[in-house]
Amino acid sequence: MATATQPVATTAPAIVEESPKPGFNIGRAVAWVFMVLVILASLFPFYWMLRTALSSNNALYAGSDSLLPVDASWGGFERVFGLQTGQEAIDAGGAGQPINFWHYLANSIIVSTLVTAGQVFFSAMAAYAFARLQWRHREKVFGFFLAGLMIPAIFTLLPNFVLIKQLGLIDTLLGVSLPTMLMTPFAVFFLRQFFLGISREVEEAALVEGASKVRVFFRLILPMSSAPLATLGILTYITSWNDYFWPLMVSYTDRSRVLTVALGVFKSQTPQTGPDWSGLMAATLVAALPMLILFFLFAKRIVNSIGFSGIK
Amino acid sequence: MAATTATPVRKKRPDDTKLAILFIAPALIGFLVFMIWPTLRGIYLSFTKFNLLTPPEFNGLDNYIRMGQDPVFWNSLVVTLYYVVVNIVLQTALALVIAVMMQRLTKRTWLRGIILTPYLVSNVVAALVFLWILDYQLGIGNKVIELIGLDRIAFLADSNWVIPTVALINVWRHVGYTALLIFAGLQTIPETLYEAGRTDGASEITMFRRITLPLLRPILALVLIITVVGSFQVFDTVAVTTRGGPIDSSRVLQFYIYDMAFGRFQFGYASAMSVALLVVLVIITFLQYRLSRAEQSDLA
Repeated sequence: MATATQPVATTAPAIVEESPKPGFNIGRAVAWVFMVLVILASLFPFYWMLRTALSSNNALYAGSDSLLPVDASWGGFERVFGLQTGQEAIDAGGAGQPINFWHYLANSIIVSTLVTAGQVFFSAMAAYAFARLQWRHREKVFGFFLAGLMIPAIFTLLPNFVLIKQLGLIDTLLGVSLPTMLMTPFAVFFLRQFFLGISREVEEAALVEGASKVRVFFRLILPMSSAPLATLGILTYITSWNDYFWPLMVSYTDRSRVLTVALGVFKSQTPQTGPDWSGLMAATLVAALPMLILFFLFAKRIVNSIGFSGIK
Repeated sequence: MAATTATPVRKKRPDDTKLAILFIAPALIGFLVFMIWPTLRGIYLSFTKFNLLTPPEFNGLDNYIRMGQDPVFWNSLVVTLYYVVVNIVLQTALALVIAVMMQRLTKRTWLRGIILTPYLVSNVVAALVFLWILDYQLGIGNKVIELIGLDRIAFLADSNWVIPTVALINVWRHVGYTALLIFAGLQTIPETLYEAGRTDGASEITMFRRITLPLLRPILALVLIITVVGSFQVFDTVAVTTRGGPIDSSRVLQFYIYDMAFGRFQFGYASAMSVALLVVLVIITFLQYRLSRAEQSDLA
């Protein structure tokens, strides 16, 4: 084996003993170069969205290799928010059909909020029943729920569409939200694990003082679990916001169209020859921005939530 | 797993059955109505002829026989498999390298945050950005390729390139998430092992092969189960960029199913193909689970 020992990249341990000054180290330098490339690859597309969105569409043809916006303008965003007249939009390379992303933005907010609030709250209630209440067949019913983890969501989409149609909820915001609004097996499982870990002492003291279990749930368990509830809520919100397949099936008109679906429609309406790239990228940015802001605000929580704590 | 803390011995505890029913009712309704019932119904519909307008008519194994003879179905299965292989190999290898480098270089949250950023946007957003970046005429990607002195590539319009390109777009969005999962797994390996390795004069690469990889295996297996199952369900990217084309070269199974149901209103046949996908997923999960279990016992 390589006896000519490669320079060992030390991770600067707390107890720095004989290891000499890290200094310059080829292995480490190569690793950093690689990481910088990964960072660039991760972030460049976001910059490119912004750069293109702020360019005039007609100027993109001449200045396609410019790293800065070409002939900077708000035109792309104006088309996305329906601020340009049809003729103006066509002249600028857009589709000319009226489109208003504020409306889709509102729809996305309503759907994601309904799904998140409902799913987290109802899953928490069920998780409490599984973690703390005494009833027959508890473990069996829980096992049944766990089996739900095995059903790929995609398999239930077609039959759920048939069901939502029979319920008369096609093309409504409730129809888009309903299937994931009441629970997911993962949410129940994740919260149950957390509730099991809460010390029983405080709870039992409250019960001795005559508080009901309902009160204990609302006044003790929920506040004590605010951190995992928030984490679950944020992740659910993001998942729901980014969902495309299900809303694509259920929403047909502006009435229930969410951002992801609207983006697809916007793309299909753009002229086939010479698409309205600046408008498209403006729309893409508008669709992505709320989640990027959410991520910016809760980065630490989101980053640290990814692991196996919930799955193992 | 399911920790059975409540032993039947505790008879003194009050029975909460009524309250429990109340607490569990919304979730149970959701579970039964939107998961169990659709699963059973999906299986039932696969044995029917159903166009949504008239009630389903039972037609036995017709859909399955048709599936066996449908070249488009088999092609879409092959295309999907090809996609899964390219996607998973690229993504897992890259994620593993990123995770190990993060572990060795810096564990700061900002770096993990940046790596995760693409995961925060939807598949539709990712697809549209790359549709633009990889555009044959104007895309910056092709400008760079030209600058290096190579020929432009019609990434999403060339039947040889389309699946690797779709895979690449999804790698961009998911590699950070996968890397963070692996990174979490790396934290479980005791640092003392690396210290011992260093004392013995082992190189980084030796330690990676002798310490990291073997101890990470069970976690890698788990990551693979999650990512492979997800990868088989690819739809959004194809639906937004190519709609199955050119010809059928990117017609992945899920897109064919969607097209069959909503383009041609053949819900029965679409359901049968869904069942086929479900069976494939169950078999793969089962196999991977078995493999990961075997590895775990080796290394416990």
